[in-house]
Amino acid sequence: MVQFNLPKNSKIKKGNYFKSVSESKNIKKVNVYRWNPDKDANPRVDTYEVDMDNCGPMVLDALIKIKNEIDSTLTFRRSCREGICGSCAMNIDGSNTLACTKSAREIKGEININPLPHMPVIKDLVPNLKQLYKQYQSVEPWMQSNKSSNGSEGLQTIEDRSKLDGLYECILCACCSTSCPSYWWNGDKYLGPAVLLQAYRWIIDSRDEERQKRLKKVADELKLFRCHTIMNCTNACPKGLNPAKAIGSIKKMLVTEKSA
Amino acid sequence: MKFESPLSPHLQVYKWQLSSLLSITHRMTSIFNLMGMMFFALWIFMLFLGEDVYKYFEIFSATVIGKFIFVGIIWSFSYHLLNGIRHLFWDMGYGYEIKTANLSGIFVLLSSFILTFLVWVF
Repeated sequence: MVQFNLPKNSKIKKGNYFKSVSESKNIKKVNVYRWNPDKDANPRVDTYEVDMDNCGPMVLDALIKIKNEIDSTLTFRRSCREGICGSCAMNIDGSNTLACTKSAREIKGEININPLPHMPVIKDLVPNLKQLYKQYQSVEPWMQSNKSSNGSEGLQTIEDRSKLDGLYECILCACCSTSCPSYWWNGDKYLGPAVLLQAYRWIIDSRDEERQKRLKKVADELKLFRCHTIMNCTNACPKGLNPAKAIGSIKKMLVTEKSA
Repeated sequence: MKFESPLSPHLQVYKWQLSSLLSITHRMTSIFNLMGMMFFALWIFMLFLGEDVYKYFEIFSATVIGKFIFVGIIWSFSYHLLNGIRHLFWDMGYGYEIKTANLSGIFVLLSSFILTFLVWVF
């Protein structure tokens, strides 16, 4: 049975308030989810007053400013700060996105920041994505071909190559999978949008020779067909990709391709 | 000592999208439709029991609650039918772009009310 409420140890309590010390008028309140694995306490939401006149434009800039100047215990993942590593994926202002490409000024009122939804929390904004990586591994995301390469590249027609557009750009940030209610309720069985988009990326690659095996593997009531085209995934994707369409394409292939 | 990881908030914090709202409505109307069919079965059942019994059904369906139930069932069927057609287009591989999906969603919602009105009037 689906549990809509948070378990007892996950209920969010009111946290600390950090008043800004600057004179600036341009103050934004940033509410951040906090949880410390070394303390026997429920998660809480801390509020920080951030001086936006002396802060970079993105939500990640605000987080880094908080960590540097207000509260060094704040924990979050970040690396490239330009939307290509996928580390700083989190729930900002009610939907999943990358903190580094989300403008803080575009958010009206207070900024609410939570970890990626329905995931076990390691600390603060750092979720445990073990399950997702395991599922990613299960679709064997590598080229499978018996052709010997003879030391040259595996060539593709321009048309075949273009089929990978909108798929290869995925950075596996998990924004889509953790935005999906189906993945929330059935994440242990349903593969979720990120992994299914990757599965499709290999199914559709003309150089790969295991298309039938891949299709057969993913053709499952739970693994694939828990997608009900809710489209939270496509709405969330910070790279503008369309996982819902990729999943739809797999479903369609299973019907239209003879031996699948 | 490490304590057990909490589950990060999901429904509690996630903003509703037009697409997700229409999707949950589709699911809810499927349940309403099931109840509607039972109501329909009751209607026919009472019809078979003769005039004496059926007149109670007529009295009930003339009340505000009765009318609300009738209109509700018609809308529920209309929405589920139209959104089902939207799903068929998706299954054929069309309409996954966010813009298209939002437009088709609004179209389905509006037409479900129009269809309800038409069925109710005729």
